[in-house]
Amino acid sequence: MTISNKMFSKILIANRGEIACRVIKTARKMGIRTVAVYSDADANALHVSMADEAVYLGPSPSRESYLLSEKVIAAAKKTGAQAIHPGYGFLSENADFCRLCQQENITFIGPPVGAIEAMGSKSAAKAIMEKAQVPLVPGYHGDDQSEAVIKKAADDMGYPVLLKATAGGGGKGMRQIWSEAEFADGFAAAKREAKSSFGDDTMLVEKYLTQPRHVEIQVFCDNHDNAVYLFERDCSVQRRHQKVIEEAPAFKMSEQLRAQMGESAIKSAKAIGYRGAGTVEFLLDVDGSFYFMEMNTRLQVEHPVTELITGQDLVEWQLRVAAGEKLPKSQDQLAIHGHAFEARIYAEDPNNDFLPATGTLNFLQPPEESQHVRVDTGVRQGDDVSVYYDPMIAKLIVWDENREKALQRLTKALTEYQIDGVTTNIDFLYNLATCQSFVDQEIDTGFIEKHHDEIFHDDQVTLNDELPMAALYVVLSQAEQAKQQAVDSADPHSPWNQTSAWRLNEAHLHKITLAHNELDYPITIEQKRGGTSSYYLISIDHPAFNGKVTDCQGRIENNTLKISIDGYQSQATISRNGDNISLYRPNGVFNFTLVRPDCGLTDLDDNHGGLTAPMNGTMVSVLVSKGDKVTKDQPLMIMEAMKMEHTIKAPSDGEIDDVFYQAGDMVDGGSELVKFTAMED
Amino acid sequence: MAKIISKINTRSQEFIDNVEHMQLQVNDLKEKLEQIKLGGGERSRERHLSRGKLLPRDRVNALLDPGSPFLELSQLAAFDVYKDNVPAAGIITGIGRVGGQECIIVANDATVKGGTYYPLTVKKHLRAQTIAQENNLPCIYLVDSGGANLPNQDDVFPDREHFGRIFFNQANMSAQAIPQIAVVMGSCTAGGAYVPAMADESIIVKEQGTIFLAGPPLVKAATGEVVSAEDLGGADVHCRTSGVADHYAQNDHHALELARTAVKNLNRVKPVSVNIEAVQEPAYETSEIYGVIPKDSRQPFDIREVIARIVDGSEFDEFKALYGTTLVCGFARIFGYPVGIVANNGILFGESAQKGAHFIELCAQRKIPLVFLQNITGFMVGQQYEAGGIAKHGAKMVTAVATANVPKFTVLIGGSFGAGNYGMCGRAYDPRFLFMWPNARISVMGGEQAAGVLAQVKRDQKEKLGESWSEQEEAQFKQPIIDTYEHQGHPYYASARLWDDGVIDPADTRQVLGLAISASLNKTIEDTKFGIFRM
Repeated sequence: MTISNKMFSKILIANRGEIACRVIKTARKMGIRTVAVYSDADANALHVSMADEAVYLGPSPSRESYLLSEKVIAAAKKTGAQAIHPGYGFLSENADFCRLCQQENITFIGPPVGAIEAMGSKSAAKAIMEKAQVPLVPGYHGDDQSEAVIKKAADDMGYPVLLKATAGGGGKGMRQIWSEAEFADGFAAAKREAKSSFGDDTMLVEKYLTQPRHVEIQVFCDNHDNAVYLFERDCSVQRRHQKVIEEAPAFKMSEQLRAQMGESAIKSAKAIGYRGAGTVEFLLDVDGSFYFMEMNTRLQVEHPVTELITGQDLVEWQLRVAAGEKLPKSQDQLAIHGHAFEARIYAEDPNNDFLPATGTLNFLQPPEESQHVRVDTGVRQGDDVSVYYDPMIAKLIVWDENREKALQRLTKALTEYQIDGVTTNIDFLYNLATCQSFVDQEIDTGFIEKHHDEIFHDDQVTLNDELPMAALYVVLSQAEQAKQQAVDSADPHSPWNQTSAWRLNEAHLHKITLAHNELDYPITIEQKRGGTSSYYLISIDHPAFNGKVTDCQGRIENNTLKISIDGYQSQATISRNGDNISLYRPNGVFNFTLVRPDCGLTDLDDNHGGLTAPMNGTMVSVLVSKGDKVTKDQPLMIMEAMKMEHTIKAPSDGEIDDVFYQAGDMVDGGSELVKFTAMED
Repeated sequence: MAKIISKINTRSQEFIDNVEHMQLQVNDLKEKLEQIKLGGGERSRERHLSRGKLLPRDRVNALLDPGSPFLELSQLAAFDVYKDNVPAAGIITGIGRVGGQECIIVANDATVKGGTYYPLTVKKHLRAQTIAQENNLPCIYLVDSGGANLPNQDDVFPDREHFGRIFFNQANMSAQAIPQIAVVMGSCTAGGAYVPAMADESIIVKEQGTIFLAGPPLVKAATGEVVSAEDLGGADVHCRTSGVADHYAQNDHHALELARTAVKNLNRVKPVSVNIEAVQEPAYETSEIYGVIPKDSRQPFDIREVIARIVDGSEFDEFKALYGTTLVCGFARIFGYPVGIVANNGILFGESAQKGAHFIELCAQRKIPLVFLQNITGFMVGQQYEAGGIAKHGAKMVTAVATANVPKFTVLIGGSFGAGNYGMCGRAYDPRFLFMWPNARISVMGGEQAAGVLAQVKRDQKEKLGESWSEQEEAQFKQPIIDTYEHQGHPYYASARLWDDGVIDPADTRQVLGLAISASLNKTIEDTKFGIFRM
């Protein structure tokens, strides 16, 4: 690697979390010193400790810290940073910030102001693309924002249509409208969300493709009129327009189509005088036609999959281009090697409408990194996932020589990702990655909705193997734990350390109850000795098992249970958080809970008549007041956290005795919101 | 260490026959216990459960560390003793682990005659307390009992070893810093009220547990006051007002969790005062003991074959192997703990008794626990032996056994007759634990011998009177005596009366001894002061 004389000696990263860490890694590799910035919540964050220097910006909310252009510029000047890498989000696509950098003679590691501005408004962007003859989805991008005009445009192109905030991104302010009847409500909601997210509720409407794929092209331009595309990424697997698993290259992609899309993407970039890393997002229809959606004028979250299949470091490219160098490779020097996936590990609850989760990462053990597995993260064990920022914990990226092998790497790595303390989407990702249609590449942007039952295991599954597995795991892990305790005790060899449920003149029975999908399964495990090892007769007290006794043997090796069930040998990766046991099987993850005896304490824990905040957040609106009579499920309050609204509903018919918050208040998770008396029947 | 090389051929017909014979006896034992384990009748069990209470064995299971062993004691107590069927004497006792600490657990079975105390219930309860006291084990009482069984009050209430002794023991153990924890999960009436009241810490279950000196009927009879059991002595009364109980439990499971918490706060460290080693399984399967023990109890066998199937690695360093060979003595390990083994290998002679006394002295000096494998018809008789001083040699061994201050463990694996029982640490010699195999027999002498002695006396009388006594008449005279001895010498008869701590499957001998030895080490082994050895 040759570093030009013009290369920066110090840069500031105006971001946090994994992307800040990611940029620091490359900068360090190139011998560039780094400056981090941080808020109160991030004073001890990983990106701060990785950087050579760090500058405090302000309080935790991003609008009081990471979004303050002046403070970021001041930090750069104070530390003598010659350039600012904005990462993604925050100030990365903020033209004013870009302009400010220019004025202050600091290099903005990204596109020119004009390109940001051109792509900043979706409707303006489409107009430019139309002129540049980049194919567009039929739609209305006009300035007349009256509901009637927009509705007419929608009626004309035929439903379904998609309403989008022109200033939007990341799925906010976006609504699918399936029929004329839904229009009014959807329009209002989209506008409200756009207003609160971007302060601008200008909307556009487009034809909604029913089975589109989201395929995006990574482009790179320099100041010397060179432009290349680093092939495509398929980001079709989305929920609420948030990407979940991305892969590169896209499947079922002909060389011809790839070249066409690549050329189109370069055309788009050139149309706006682009420089640096950019992504042109297309909708790819089943017939192979593709339409320009938008261009992201920054490094994408999912850039690592491109890095892994091209062997390039895109951050390094960014730095070189920003320093005025030529692109490191020309188009004919770039090729695709193998296949890569990225799964976004989030603190969220997929079973509760992906409600963002917060908490402390009490235990955090990512899979071991190798030439096949890469983990981009900005957190360490013990860190908090706070209410203030995006709850992404990490990006898990895997590579192998083909899709099938890479997918195996992904599922294996997901089973090895151990996180305790916050709810995560890991099991959801695993179920998704093992879903047959995903394996078979039958994917479009509606994938998660279409395969909801399969991914969420809503379909009634037989647990013929899984229950004995989980039961044996409980018994074996109990033995392992006892062995460990014994070693540490004063009497390490005592037969009292045994865990074989030994009884005098009686069968040796372990009795446990495992719950799966809210069903309890009482299980009896008889431990018997055969020669020097034990075997287990497992019977499940549930009609579905019809008194069947399963003969099992097994052992635990690291996180893997190796088991023989009636002579059939198999294995499962298992992770355990307290009483929650997850069994990773080729057909998905099975979650069990070890049911503890009822100590009759639940009544006492009941918060009498109180309704508490499900998470940290901001009160958006309070819909009731003291003395109101409410009916069951009536919305009482709307809270916002992680940029998502959450409605607090009445648990039953009753009366509001008191209201403790008003709109705009910050609320700590668990605090009592209203005093509520349930109505007696 | 020297490894015992077994000479048993497990393929021989004799071995196979022996296995079958022992298996039948073990099966019979387990079948009987299967019934006993159920406790009271189905109706009383259902009534118990319908009140939201756990059955006593489930209470014990929930109290113990998950998967840990439970060494139940006196399972056959009161078996075939009373007109009433009183399974396990209506009380479950044993040693189990709670929070990593070996504890004595005493659990009333309210499904058996309301958990009332029959004479043998008292005896079993007291025996468990004795084990606790001797081995320094915390006591957890799961109380659910109507108190003394009134029809049997004369055998329950007044004597030294009767009901009152329970509380005497509680007080004295508490004084010795042996924790006393009571969980009131049902009635605790009259004398029973003192179990929680005398405890160091007590827990009571709401709407289940009651504690009062006199129940509502007696109160009404005495003073005319009408009061409900709950208002008289329920959890609210005792946790909020009287202070008789310390912890208020929502239900049985909660109460048992609270008991576990109480144990965790005891701050006890097990003072293992022996040198321990890693455990080796015996080189021979313990279950092969079945085939080692001859079907015909009169037939001799080499006791080393049994030892080889009990001790670590089948390794046994024999002491005085060539002297007094009818008693086998030597050092071995069981679950890594050092033990001195004293085992019969024939009738006791003067030499074997002296050898035994010497070996016991060694173990006492070195503070090594002693294991007695008892299979003894007695000391040798006859003029030559009396003249050789067999009585004083026997006395030496009995003195050594009686005064050796190390933990002693006795297993009756065959006969236990006469003074042999004393020399081999019978019940009267306070072994910490005493277990029997189902094939064992215990009586002052063998049935045949007893019948023979009595027949001889009878014949002498008859002959004095000049009467004749046919062989047939003599046989008729002897048979009922033989039958009685067989009946009364049977392990079930013995165990029902608490002459031992339980009848065990021979294949479990190693496990039971290991648990018992380990439990005994909760008490530091003390110095021994022997009595006078007659020389």
